[in-house]
Amino acid sequence: MKRPGSFVHRYRGLVISSLLLAGLIFGMPLAGPLFNTVFPELERPIYLQDSFLTLVLAHLRIVAISGGIAVLGGVGAGLLVTRPAGKAFRSLLETVLAISQSFPPVAVLAVAVPLVGFGETPALIALVMYGILPVAQGALTGLSSVPQPVLEVARGIGMSRRQILWRVELPLAAPVILAGVRTSIVINIGTAAVASTVGAKTLGLPIIVGLSGFNTAYVIQGALLVGLLAIVADQLFELLARRWTPRSGAALQEQAQA
Amino acid sequence: MIEIENISKSFDDRPALSDVSLSIKAGELAVLIGSSGSGKSTLLKLFNRLLEPDSGNIRLLGNDIAGYSPEQLRRRIGYAIQSVGLFPHWTVEQNIGAVPTLLNWPKARIRQRVDELLTLLHLAPDTFRGRYPHQLSGGQQQRVGVARALAADPEVLLMDEPFGALDPVTRSSLQQELASIHASSGKTIVLVTHDIDEALALGERIILLDHGRIVQQGQPRDFLLAPASELVRDFVGQSDVGVRLLGLDKIATRVRAEAPIPGEPLRSDDTLREALSAFITRKVYSLPVVDQHGQPAGVLHFADLLAERT
Repeated sequence: MKRPGSFVHRYRGLVISSLLLAGLIFGMPLAGPLFNTVFPELERPIYLQDSFLTLVLAHLRIVAISGGIAVLGGVGAGLLVTRPAGKAFRSLLETVLAISQSFPPVAVLAVAVPLVGFGETPALIALVMYGILPVAQGALTGLSSVPQPVLEVARGIGMSRRQILWRVELPLAAPVILAGVRTSIVINIGTAAVASTVGAKTLGLPIIVGLSGFNTAYVIQGALLVGLLAIVADQLFELLARRWTPRSGAALQEQAQA
Repeated sequence: MIEIENISKSFDDRPALSDVSLSIKAGELAVLIGSSGSGKSTLLKLFNRLLEPDSGNIRLLGNDIAGYSPEQLRRRIGYAIQSVGLFPHWTVEQNIGAVPTLLNWPKARIRQRVDELLTLLHLAPDTFRGRYPHQLSGGQQQRVGVARALAADPEVLLMDEPFGALDPVTRSSLQQELASIHASSGKTIVLVTHDIDEALALGERIILLDHGRIVQQGQPRDFLLAPASELVRDFVGQSDVGVRLLGLDKIATRVRAEAPIPGEPLRSDDTLREALSAFITRKVYSLPVVDQHGQPAGVLHFADLLAERT
């Protein structure tokens, strides 16, 4: 099982973090005595209002919805400004990307709540706004890094625009786009916790309840799960990146060097 | 085969081609030559509608190419550029099979064609079929590029400085291969280069462009013996005209049928330029000659380099 090259060996980071995550989701109540010892002054050292499984699923649901919109929007924006028709908008997009990086998600929430009220909607707006940036950046970088001679030959041998996009541009840009999606989703998982301040149910809930009730144990439990979730997601993208790109030359070279 | 009539093309009011007319015969290997900015690549890209002319028209086999859809037209015309133009995420087989795939050839036929072309270009099919471009040397990449351009058996082959990025040894061996492919297939080839030696070695006709106009066109010999202007004279390199003239003729044209003499023999299919070099480095007045199979073919005398062509 530990033979080099076997799945478990190659992806041991993913395996370990997934097991730890599952252990914490289902086994947190068992850790009651431990938290009792560390925080003897707390009456209820384990967060029990919702099961951690419920919180994780709700958290993932918000990440999936906002992440899905962000990926579609980001790749769409990247595609648009690299087409001849949308060229004029490229510098605009680059400016917007640069500016909006500097907006903290809490600020977006603060602006969104008066407009759309409390709940999931302002959270989704903030997460989409924040998540769209790295995806658009990746799509823009990836699509513009396709070598000009390759595009010229693609045209020169008679590929239609659609064929150039699907057979040449997207496959060559895929590793960079995937890197953008990875950054977006991992950031999103962390940021989604903030959404509980405006009433969305996420893993941020124990953190916020803990902060307002001086219950450090709740904060630790929420934070641990958010962190692990982000690590597992990151490792999953690592796996995807390795599986997805061995057909392209660059990835082959990297593998040969590794 | 290809008739170009009164073509003009500008980029942002900067004229790239002004009123160019040119006719390329079927089966001809025509070389467009000029310094950078002369309009030679622009002219080539008009042939497969990568660029559209501002005025004038181009006919392929008698039909105005503006009447074809650009994609259909390009699939009928082979196109090769410097080696970077291979699709890096595709194997050699996929790269060569690109146009046949676009034309929906059956898989078995594509594979057969790929093997045929790899063999033609001296790449062992079993070794190279599954490789990616980055696993090939520059010369091998360029061979694949040429094979891809030939894949769908196009009527015309357009080549934009195809050997520009190669080292001199690889370049000259690929030039020889291209010449032999041209001789055996009889394809019409239009090749763009800025290298006068490449033009002289390959071109049946050379068309020299400068500032978007054709300055002179004709056989390599015309360029060397009767340059139309000072510019052409500079381009062919005034001081090298003599040796370049020798480069146009094979040793076989001057060899005398005499009994073999001692010495390292010349090959009858090498050029007189190489013979001159051998005379000078070895400090002799005559050298034995052998044919392609290594059989004695006679003797070449130094003085015969000056003889009239036979």
